[in-house]
Amino acid sequence: MELEVHVIHYLIVSTIMMFCGIYGFFTRKNLLALLISVELMLNAANINFSVCNRYLFPDALEGHFFSLFGIAIAAAETAVAIAIIINVYRNVKQVLTDDITDLKG
Amino acid sequence: MDYTILILVLPMLSFLILALAGMKMSHRVSGLIGTLSLGAVTVLSYLTAFVYFTAERTAEGVHSSMIPLNFEWLPFTNQLHIDMGILLDPISVLMLVVISTVSFMVHIYSFGYMKGEIGFQRYYAFLSLFTFSMLGLVVATNIFQMYVFWELVGVSSYLLIGFYYTKPEAIAASKKAFIVTRFADLGFLIGILIYGYYMKTFTFTPSEEQLMQAGMMLPWALGLMFIGGAGKSAMFPLHIWLPDAMEGPTPVSALIHAATMVVAGVYLVARMFPLFIAYAPQTLHIVAYVGMFTAFYAASVACVQSDIKRVLAFSTISQIGFMMVALGVCTGTNPHDTGLGYMAGMFHLFTHAMFKALLFLGAGCIIHAVHSNEMNTMGGLRKYMPITHITFLIACLAIAGIPPFSGFFSKDEILTACFNFSPFVGWGMTIIAGMTAFYMFRLYYGIFWGKENKELHAEHVPHESPLTMTFPLMFLALVTICAGFIPFGHFVTSNGELYDIHLNWVVAGTSIVVAIAAIALATWMYAREEQPVPAMLARRFSKLHRAAYKRFYMDELWLFVTKKIIFRCVSAPLAWFDRHVIDQFMNFMAWSTNAAGEEVQPLQNGRIQSYTMWFFGGVIVLSIMLLLI
Amino acid sequence: MSLQEISFYIVAACIAVCSILAVTSGKILRAVTNLLFVLFGTAMFYILLGYTFLGAVQLIVYAGGIVILYVFSILLTRSDKDMKYRQRRAKWLSILLASAVGAALVLFLILTNDFAGSLIPQGFEYPVHEIGKSLIGTDKYQFVLPFEITGVLLLACMIGAILIARKEK
Repeated sequence: MELEVHVIHYLIVSTIMMFCGIYGFFTRKNLLALLISVELMLNAANINFSVCNRYLFPDALEGHFFSLFGIAIAAAETAVAIAIIINVYRNVKQVLTDDITDLKG
Repeated sequence: MDYTILILVLPMLSFLILALAGMKMSHRVSGLIGTLSLGAVTVLSYLTAFVYFTAERTAEGVHSSMIPLNFEWLPFTNQLHIDMGILLDPISVLMLVVISTVSFMVHIYSFGYMKGEIGFQRYYAFLSLFTFSMLGLVVATNIFQMYVFWELVGVSSYLLIGFYYTKPEAIAASKKAFIVTRFADLGFLIGILIYGYYMKTFTFTPSEEQLMQAGMMLPWALGLMFIGGAGKSAMFPLHIWLPDAMEGPTPVSALIHAATMVVAGVYLVARMFPLFIAYAPQTLHIVAYVGMFTAFYAASVACVQSDIKRVLAFSTISQIGFMMVALGVCTGTNPHDTGLGYMAGMFHLFTHAMFKALLFLGAGCIIHAVHSNEMNTMGGLRKYMPITHITFLIACLAIAGIPPFSGFFSKDEILTACFNFSPFVGWGMTIIAGMTAFYMFRLYYGIFWGKENKELHAEHVPHESPLTMTFPLMFLALVTICAGFIPFGHFVTSNGELYDIHLNWVVAGTSIVVAIAAIALATWMYAREEQPVPAMLARRFSKLHRAAYKRFYMDELWLFVTKKIIFRCVSAPLAWFDRHVIDQFMNFMAWSTNAAGEEVQPLQNGRIQSYTMWFFGGVIVLSIMLLLI
Repeated sequence: MSLQEISFYIVAACIAVCSILAVTSGKILRAVTNLLFVLFGTAMFYILLGYTFLGAVQLIVYAGGIVILYVFSILLTRSDKDMKYRQRRAKWLSILLASAVGAALVLFLILTNDFAGSLIPQGFEYPVHEIGKSLIGTDKYQFVLPFEITGVLLLACMIGAILIARKEK
């Protein structure tokens, strides 16, 4: 039994996800919305790794594990980012990118 | 002969100790350190000389050169490298003896002379440094080592002239000495570089093949080296620094500016003598004429100076001129006729060092007694300072060329060599020798006889100096009396062969007659209380007198050349160019960097989204470019 | 059209729509919800590809962990009021244009690329015990080192997050 879905279709979906994320990253000002866009991009990349692994190199597993570690690192990144956002909120009472243009201060 | 290294190491060590820890020591301890190390150096030098000259002569009947120590210091190519080492040959051993003797005497003398001065330890440190450098200069195994020590000698001379650094005159004099000699050393350095380039070596004995190839460049190199020597040895017109250098302490003048450093130029010419004779005899004759003119010029200026140290300074210049003439009139290397001048010049260097150091140290005693350099504050001092008087008289007789004092013998050899060369030079030098006798006795009578400055002496009675100061005087006087009988030709001659000094009675007789006549003239003019003749002469020839007193306006001429011509025509445009073109260019660079920074700065606004937008735009542009290619 | 295809296209459409909504929605809780759907869709993709373990991890970590974290922090920071801001129209247009150009570029590359082996056997599931061996093995194509490093990273992140977020006395 063949897998009927063509590899291109997966890639098109991940491209849409990726550029939605880019668009959101540029237009949003809320830090949490920004983080949502970042997650979209990350997932698009993970899908690409898995799909390429599965279709182009079916005997290997590197793409699969790369996605796995990517998920773990995304979790870590989110945890730290949210901690920072909460700290920012505590200092300036809102979480907009315009508020955090200084490195120190 | 391994102990010869100690001759260099001891003064260096003493300099280091005194310079680093001297201020913590008492005057007595620091002086003792310097003097004792110098005493050891003197003993070692005498030992070296004894061992060297009593060693067997070679088959050709000469004292062979020895190199007890030599190491490669800076290699440029396989052949061309700068070495450091010790070379012993007759003239370097002779110089070792001269330098260590005079330096030792000056060290002892300074105990009394510098007593209680501020910076006593510094003084001894510099004396040690000077002695080290001078010894290193004379034992140099190659021309570059000589140059290194040559400059060290210049530095220590600068430091010692400017010893009283709170006196503006002393500062000016030290700067003048340094700059003038540095200016001359430029010639020396260029000469060394030409020499090294064509000879492929810095040693004093290049290979025949290279000498042949060098052709006309060797006389040029030697001539340029002589310019350096002329600067150090105060040859006309580079002599202007030496009279001013008398601002330093008097023992320093005795050591550096009379006996040792100023004869470095003579030593340099003597060191290069084999090359001069064989490949550049014309250059050697230029040396002779420069020396003769300098001798005459300095003698005529010395006749009218009133500052006793200035008189002695010009006398030094004149006597170095004698040595240069002696070297310059050589036309061959046979010591019995054409090469006699070499031995005569070195002999005169030796005797002159002794009696001129004696004169300066005596002058130091006098200055110590009356606290002034001017002759009109003296007069009639013979009653107060008997030892100084007698020793000073001995030195005056020696420099005037009266037998049996040492100066007579060496000067007679010089005159004989000059007559061998040409009657003009011979008679010229005889007349200058007469002038020497005249101005020295003018000085002698002005100090010890003549009109006594009674008011001043009543107020402050001149007294004889302590033993630390009179002992060197007596010792040097003894040397001055005896040195003429040293069989000098057995030690130093132009080609190393044995030569017995014998007097040419025609020449010697003439010079004795001229000297006695000059002394008689000086006695007639200056010995009495009333001195109508000099005053009348000064009135009659007021312009000449004034010009001579002003040293024939040489300093003013130099000032005109440097200030009016070089500063105005070369330095000022260069300064303008520097300020308006180079500086402005630099300012433009700084301004444009700043402006570019101001322009770029708004991009760094801290908004992460704008950064990523630029990044993303760049990625897109790059991708499109990659696709299109 | 097989079940595979049908489910793929449904999931794909869901992902595309929810992605767009996630970045355009004016309410942040809606945006997060849309993100959640995208993450579900992604998990579905993994399962369709035969990587069921990966899909499970995606569900647990993202849907179960990260999205909950988002919701909590949204409520903590009262981010809803921060979603109302004015955007300059020219800037918005340029961003849209740039994203569209980028997407067009990538799509162009994908469509013009001739993928080898574009179709693969179906009904395959990668066994979990193989994954486990790969994760803790040290041979070639085994990943104990990244596994351990990821563990350390997670620990460091946990400590860092606690340090940053705790209230200063």
